[in-house]
Amino acid sequence: MSENLSLAKAINLGLQRAMQEDPKVMLMGEDIGTLGGVFRVTEGLKNEFGEDRVLDTPLAESGIVGTAIGLAMRGYRPVCEIQFDGFVFPAFDQIMSQLAKLTSRHQGTQSFPVVIRIPYGGHIGAVEHHQESPEAYFAHTPGLRVLSPATPSDGYHMIRQAIQSNDPVIFLEPKARYWPKGDVDFDATPAPAHQSRVIRTGTDVTVVGHGAMVAMLLDAAEVAAREGISLEVIDLRSLSPIDYTPIIASVEKTGRLVVAQEAPGQVSVGSEIAATVAERAYYFLEAPVLRVSGFDTPFPPANLEGSYLPDVDRILDAVDRARGF
Amino acid sequence: MPYTEATLQLLSTDGTLVESDRTAEYRAVVDRLTDDHLQLFYREMSTTRRFDIEAGNLQRQGQLALWVPSLGQEAAQVGSAFGTRPQDTIFPSYREHAVARIRGIDPIHIVELLRGVTNGGWNPNESKFRLYTLVLATQTLHATGYAMGIQFDGSFAKGDPSTDEACLVYFGDGSTSEGDLNEALVFAQSYQTPQVFFLQNNQYAISVPVVRQSRSPLYLRGEGFGIESYQIDGNDVLISYAATRLAMDAARAGEGPRFIEAQTYRLGAHTTSDDPTKYRESSEEEAWKLRDPISRFEKFLRARGQSDSFFEQVRQEGEDLASDIRRRTLELAPPPMDVMFDHVYTDDHPVIDAQKKWLQDYEASFGGDHA
Repeated sequence: MSENLSLAKAINLGLQRAMQEDPKVMLMGEDIGTLGGVFRVTEGLKNEFGEDRVLDTPLAESGIVGTAIGLAMRGYRPVCEIQFDGFVFPAFDQIMSQLAKLTSRHQGTQSFPVVIRIPYGGHIGAVEHHQESPEAYFAHTPGLRVLSPATPSDGYHMIRQAIQSNDPVIFLEPKARYWPKGDVDFDATPAPAHQSRVIRTGTDVTVVGHGAMVAMLLDAAEVAAREGISLEVIDLRSLSPIDYTPIIASVEKTGRLVVAQEAPGQVSVGSEIAATVAERAYYFLEAPVLRVSGFDTPFPPANLEGSYLPDVDRILDAVDRARGF
Repeated sequence: MPYTEATLQLLSTDGTLVESDRTAEYRAVVDRLTDDHLQLFYREMSTTRRFDIEAGNLQRQGQLALWVPSLGQEAAQVGSAFGTRPQDTIFPSYREHAVARIRGIDPIHIVELLRGVTNGGWNPNESKFRLYTLVLATQTLHATGYAMGIQFDGSFAKGDPSTDEACLVYFGDGSTSEGDLNEALVFAQSYQTPQVFFLQNNQYAISVPVVRQSRSPLYLRGEGFGIESYQIDGNDVLISYAATRLAMDAARAGEGPRFIEAQTYRLGAHTTSDDPTKYRESSEEEAWKLRDPISRFEKFLRARGQSDSFFEQVRQEGEDLASDIRRRTLELAPPPMDVMFDHVYTDDHPVIDAQKKWLQDYEASFGGDHA
């Protein structure tokens, strides 16, 4: 069965199905129960599953993640919601020093299937701490997996895969993409969550991104096509581990790579991809790998976000520079 | 003087039982103990101290990277550990060596942790004694989450103390200033979790005296969150046992969390890297030695007619444990390289697998001894 849904609704249905399939799956977070979350991603789930499985927690992020760890020790599979990207930092120690390291510390005697959902990224004109892209911290940290769906279909399937994973998963939801709709085939067999995917084939330049950048890359590819330039677009989907196979194969074909991301470029996922592709596809590269990123500044006041965030023009500017070599 | 009007005590520093209306219910718990129980309390305190001294010596001789002594805190630990029931889960900080032994952990595993052989050491699902946690107070939230799980499982408040579950979490006076403990208290009180917060106030967070953490007695922290809280003489193994037993039974019965502050004293250094002469007077240590938990309990047992041969036997057990630990410590080999890669993730992970293979091939490339 297939349905045309928003990403927010698709994740909602994915959560619902995971909770129906496994009584150990439970949700916890601020305002996720009665209100259904500030983005309504958990709407209706408290009514369906009760307040013991959809917890409106006290307002304490470290408390949410720390108690989720204890629940995992007890055999539960907690899915935590952090309300906004910039609010994850009070939980940082529990994520970095505990959740990420506990599996290794236990040497096979305990798994930690905890999912931390975080709406992230810009384009919504919000106040400070509400538009950040903190993925590099998590992707840098051994013991975590980091996923970011870009489409409603991936939202539905990947949240279920994240919950089924026996490892901690940071699940980054591009809030700019919460509302546009797309087809979701509920019965499809999804690709493994860690695989990146070519979503538009092309021959001149490979462009790679994740989350809200994916739609931007597709728009850029449309514009470029009108000018006779053929872009191959890759949706990363997983930021840790990163699946380089389609990226390398594409670069072997195009010889040029542009990586786009909203996060600051310094020590970013884009930096890692640039370094790895330089190591593994050096002889195929016709140009240096170029990054299109947010600037290395705090996320600016929302009036300036249009200047801060990469857009179609900045992506095409990088494509032109790559083609100039 | 950390003992106050509020401090509950059954055994005075001279080893005699103290009668008071306030402690009558605790006395009733202790009166049910047999001589075998009392001997066990002494045996665990005494042999753990001997183990502790030996481990400190091993560190001084370069065999351990670090040692974390529990000297002086034996009564707080042994009493509270025996106050739990077998189905209960214990979340330690990193100094609860006596509790570990009572929960069946071979102390060589604690030595392994501090020798750099492992970051864990035992299977916490078998012992129901979770792994040591080095970042202060983080384990208090894990305990609260675990206790929430007990609730969701419906494994408490069924009227049977022999199966109803609760959990006990240890932390120190320094940890009371950490955000995580305060969040754990919020969650515990909010969800009315079946758990006991057990604070060993050993008067110092490394060098900083407890007055820097709090100007008021720390058991009031628990009360401030609306949690029933007590202050006990942590060097009195009997009150430590009775207070923990009653608090755990209340928690397992569904009466909500409890908070116990045990007034004790770290007779040794914070760790072997520490130098207490830089921050406290020896006269203070001498005063606390007069409140020593083990000699106090020995006086009590002797007054009840415990023979010299018992104390000699326990002393010898301590010596045997110490020499056994010494011998096995010297035999400890570095772990296989696999330990670094295995179990970083539970499910397959291509990057870790590739890096493990790379290191194996790299080391094999040197041939023989490096492989």
